[in-house]
Amino acid sequence: MKNRSTTLAADGLTLLAGVMMAVSIYLVFQYVPTERVQGVVQRIFYFHVPAAWSAFTGFFVVAVASAFFLWRGGRRADLVAHAAAEVGLLFCTMVLVTGPMWARPVWGVWWTWDPRLTMTLVLWTIYATYLVLRMVGRDDPLVARYAAVLGIVGAAVIPFIILAVRLWHSIHPAVISAPKGQGGLGDRRMVQTLVFCGLTFLTLFGCLLWRRFRIRQLAEEIADLRDELEKQEGRRAP
Amino acid sequence: MSEGRAPVAEARGLVKKFGRRVVLDRLDLTVRAGEMVCLFGPNGAGKTTLLRVLATLLRPSAGSVRLFGAPPRGSEIHRRLGFLTHDSFLYRDMTPVENLEFYARMFALADPRSRSLHWISRVGLRGFENVPVRYFSRGMEQRLALARVFLHEPDLLLLDEPFTGLDAAGRADVEGFLAERRRSGVTIMLTTHDLGRGLELADRAVIVSSGRIAWESGEHGVPDLRDFSAIYREVTAPARTGGLA
Amino acid sequence: MPAQARSRAVSALWVLLRKDLYIEFRTKEALSSLLVLIILIILTFTFALDPAAGRSFAPAILWVTFIFSGLLAVQRAFVIERENGCWHGLLLCPVEPATIYLAKMAGNFLFLAVAQLVLLALLWLFFRLPPARSPATFLAVNFLGIAGFASLSTLFSGISVRMRAREMLLPLLVLPLLVPVVVCAVAATRTLLDPASAEGVANWVRVLIAIDAIYIVAGWAIFDQITQE
Repeated sequence: MKNRSTTLAADGLTLLAGVMMAVSIYLVFQYVPTERVQGVVQRIFYFHVPAAWSAFTGFFVVAVASAFFLWRGGRRADLVAHAAAEVGLLFCTMVLVTGPMWARPVWGVWWTWDPRLTMTLVLWTIYATYLVLRMVGRDDPLVARYAAVLGIVGAAVIPFIILAVRLWHSIHPAVISAPKGQGGLGDRRMVQTLVFCGLTFLTLFGCLLWRRFRIRQLAEEIADLRDELEKQEGRRAP
Repeated sequence: MSEGRAPVAEARGLVKKFGRRVVLDRLDLTVRAGEMVCLFGPNGAGKTTLLRVLATLLRPSAGSVRLFGAPPRGSEIHRRLGFLTHDSFLYRDMTPVENLEFYARMFALADPRSRSLHWISRVGLRGFENVPVRYFSRGMEQRLALARVFLHEPDLLLLDEPFTGLDAAGRADVEGFLAERRRSGVTIMLTTHDLGRGLELADRAVIVSSGRIAWESGEHGVPDLRDFSAIYREVTAPARTGGLA
Repeated sequence: MPAQARSRAVSALWVLLRKDLYIEFRTKEALSSLLVLIILIILTFTFALDPAAGRSFAPAILWVTFIFSGLLAVQRAFVIERENGCWHGLLLCPVEPATIYLAKMAGNFLFLAVAQLVLLALLWLFFRLPPARSPATFLAVNFLGIAGFASLSTLFSGISVRMRAREMLLPLLVLPLLVPVVVCAVAATRTLLDPASAEGVANWVRVLIAIDAIYIVAGWAIFDQITQE
């Protein structure tokens, strides 16, 4: 009974994310006016920034769930942390892909060592490592704890990465002096679109997180049932 | 006969999983002060895992462990535990004296050097004090590992296959040590595949099979070897056929 | 009682550190291979770069060489404990895992500090660097950089040592989180080696101290979580 209602809720969330995404696309391509300086390419901003928000939410969830897992225990917290890292990394990848698509026409280069870009890349490597660790240590009973340690230490170090990257950038004067990307959300419709796209991406994030979490949880349940079955068959056989 | 004495090691509903593999399956066992309990069982039954959980090296997946009447917490409990396993815990690049002195200092024992020398000669390694452990034979290493276990005079000895690699004289020596420890009130749990020797030593025999206690000798002491062999074959039969299938 | 526990922990830390140094002194395996590796990495840089330009690259060469040779070297602290299951022997001593972490970290620090001194001497020799503007500050920056690296990599080598892809995994774990140390150490070194510059390095040093503190506290607080299976 409980299972059915959670499935229903999950399906509802998926549907909601789908509808919101359709509306977002309408807003981005039809509703919002074209930015005057950067032109039409600026529209990618409405996906780029919300993706970044979702990525950061993901990494925040990893840290909280990891801390909960280490000090309180429980399989669920571990599964949530794992799922959040996967989904967070997905959105972080989106940020890194949409960034250059935007930078190329606006700044004239695919990549620049702007503090924000640099920091996003470093974050990406932290959580990519997190998933590599999970993969490499698949058979190690301690891997959940190891991943949690990385999730927590990673989160603790992030403010310093941001600080260091900013300091570093300040001694390397920018080669390209282009208008700041997110300068001037002059039009009210731009703000509306950004906020709505942000909510859409967070809904999508929640939806994907839940799905990944459930898949892992069900996989473990299946494995448990299979073990139980094997044991019973083993008992009957002789 | 030992019912009145305080429990030294207790396992309640102990479960230990390694990934998906269940090694201990809701195991219950109580060992009381001064007892000498011998664990028997086929390979993979969970004897070593049980000892490692009791030694606090593994945390239970479910269930609980109590040592000396309380859940094991902190590192001070280690002063009262002596754990011997297949690994000798000895540094190959150091000599016996250096190894034992290191452990003696880690335990903050008095007179680490003379204590180390004393135990080295007790386990019959006099003359090898300054030979790096890497040149030792398996039997010599096992003797030194025993010295390491006895060094801090623990109240509870957890010995996994203490006779492996030892010659007849070595086995007799170990039996002598165990008898001596017992006289001073030390509680001992050991595993062995040598049914005869185990029965001779123990005042309680326990058979572990598929992660559970399959059989336990009761009030009347341990049975003789013939009866015990029959019991052993019977209670471990499902596990063995399962293992071969 | 807490005072007694603390003095016990300090003495255990010292006993453990001395044991590690003694084994190294005995075998001389790690330090000698580390020094040869350092020479080889510098040599590779020399071939890859114009030696005359080496001067301006010196800070980069210094820290890149240090980090990559260090990543190989720090693993040894836990690898020696794997032999004969000694790691479990350590855990069964009446010593908190945090103390084991601090001892291993201190050992790695000493070890890397010796290597760094040799590395600096070689850089001066090969690239004819100018003297550092303030030798004391220069050494302090190096000290803080090494401490940061040692504290972070000791924690994560405690994890990677159990893994199949140990040598591959440790850099992945350490390098992203080491970014603050890399940025600050390189920038401060560069500033101090530039005779024309009059800039101070106080900002960099401040960040270095803060991040070192974070690493050490994290390792100290969290290490016991990775010791028990």
